[in-house]
Amino acid sequence: MLKTSIPLEPQKTNPDETARERNELFQWQIREQTVLQRRVRIFFSSPINTISVIFMTVIFICAFFPENWLPHDPRAISPRDRNIPLFWMEGGSTTYILGTDHLGRDILSRLIFSVRYSLAVMVCAELVSSLSGILTGLAAGFFGGLLDTIICRLVDIQLAIPTIVLAIALMVVLGPGFINLVLILCIGHWSRITRVVRSSTLSVKTFDYIEASKALGASNGRIVIRHIFPNVISPILVLITLGLASILLTESALSFLGIGIMPPLSTWGGMIGDGRNHLYEAWWISAIPGIAISLTVLSINFLGDGIRDALDPQMQID
Amino acid sequence: MRRYIINRILQTIPILFGVTLFAFFLLRLTGDPARLMLGALAPEEVLEEYREKHGLNDPVLSQYWRFIQDVFHGDFGISLPYQEPVLPLLLDRVPVTVELSSVALAIGLVIGIPTGVFSAVYRNSWWDIVIRAMVMFGQAVPGFYLGLLLIIVFSVELRILPTGGRGGLKHLIMPSVTMSTYLVTLIVRFTRAAVLDVLSSDYVRTARAKGLRERIVLFRHVLKNALIPLTTVIGLQIAGLFGGSVITETIFAWPGVGRFTVQAIFSRDFPVLQTVILIMSAVIIIINLVVDILYSYMDPRIRFE
Repeated sequence: MLKTSIPLEPQKTNPDETARERNELFQWQIREQTVLQRRVRIFFSSPINTISVIFMTVIFICAFFPENWLPHDPRAISPRDRNIPLFWMEGGSTTYILGTDHLGRDILSRLIFSVRYSLAVMVCAELVSSLSGILTGLAAGFFGGLLDTIICRLVDIQLAIPTIVLAIALMVVLGPGFINLVLILCIGHWSRITRVVRSSTLSVKTFDYIEASKALGASNGRIVIRHIFPNVISPILVLITLGLASILLTESALSFLGIGIMPPLSTWGGMIGDGRNHLYEAWWISAIPGIAISLTVLSINFLGDGIRDALDPQMQID
Repeated sequence: MRRYIINRILQTIPILFGVTLFAFFLLRLTGDPARLMLGALAPEEVLEEYREKHGLNDPVLSQYWRFIQDVFHGDFGISLPYQEPVLPLLLDRVPVTVELSSVALAIGLVIGIPTGVFSAVYRNSWWDIVIRAMVMFGQAVPGFYLGLLLIIVFSVELRILPTGGRGGLKHLIMPSVTMSTYLVTLIVRFTRAAVLDVLSSDYVRTARAKGLRERIVLFRHVLKNALIPLTTVIGLQIAGLFGGSVITETIFAWPGVGRFTVQAIFSRDFPVLQTVILIMSAVIIIINLVVDILYSYMDPRIRFE
């Protein structure tokens, strides 16, 4: 249960406090208890946000789903059971609820099995790009000067090259592999985070308490960590959430073209790519994973918007 | 105004320079461009001969300088599979891609702008909610998947449209719709936000207080001002159109630059890849420059930054 605005436990009475002091403390405690809770309540007050959270939880569970529990072995090739359609269609069966692909592999099992690789790439790429983006953005905004100019130029150069073309070229040159893929997916997202962090840092730098800290002798590190960074987090949080969606879409596109995650590992994009040559006899091979990708991206976008609304200081519960 | 233009152009030069650096080093990222070009199985003598022939044993800076000189003379190397100069191969395919991209852009504008305006003017009505829902779906569906879905519905099941290739209107519909979808969602969102912004501004209130008819208010004041930032968005989306053309052209076998790039990837045709990156980026940078200058012309406020 979420705590309500009014604390239910009576405060311990301290005989040395005056009534006024006790009242002030009381007010502060009410306020401190409710900031996070209020934001969470605003977030969950919209049913779309709740559904998105539930959906993403299901996705996460799929990622950790043990292989033994899957209805079929996702890698088992079965020439006898090729191209079985969805279970409600003619020729379908309930053993293979979402049908099989051209090699006889169960689509539902592959769908669940693929989540772990997509998710692994997404989370790793997001972590690396966010961390490096925050670091470079803070450095560029805080220190300014030559460092700022260099970082800005790097960002501009990277934004000038279309992401897909850049990703494809790098994948070909560097070769396939999980780490290469993660690094390449980072590049596109890194620059956006750097930009936002840099502009937030620049505006926070003008606040008076930064100057006050400097006058008190605070080191640069302390200023950045304790004062600038907390103010920069809130727009970043939304960007990071939405970034997961764009990374998923880029990774799917790369796997679809055949240069993302390589077999025997599979991702949803790869499944769509597999089915591309069989659209006439078995269109569901490509259609089903695409629905999964769309729903996931939709959930992530709703989550991102929900977080943005919840963090907006002007939002009230209606 | 002129100072702003000069400033912007000066800012662009290091970016162009950086892109050429990237394109140059792309082939040298793994250390040995000769091995990259000739494959892992090539014997050492062949590699050494290749290195001599292309001056790969010279210092890196002089190689780079030679690269830049070649670029300025229009020499972008020889395509390995085709054994022909790269630039004419690319230039042949550019109009093909432009044909597709401009149709996609046109669809995006023609559908996107009125929808966005409508959505803003009738804010929170049923239509607005439906439009916003469709926009969310449009942004969630991957581009390549939408293309495949269209093929499944219209080519496989209904058999009224061809699966791909270049040709008349029937060949053009599905690829351009696929390419324009993301653009439409962006334009609708942006136009809606811009119009909402302008609708609540003072001069609109003045116009209404003057007693002007709503339609005149809409067209003469709201639209003109709301559409100015749209040019920036559209300019920036040119980069997106390039990326989108890669996927869409591959799915629909549309013989443009995008498909050529993907073919180059799988045949490991590195000179072509290098050139594509260079030229695409240069086009994007120049378009961004033009958009910025146009924007400063239309919105005098930012000239004094």
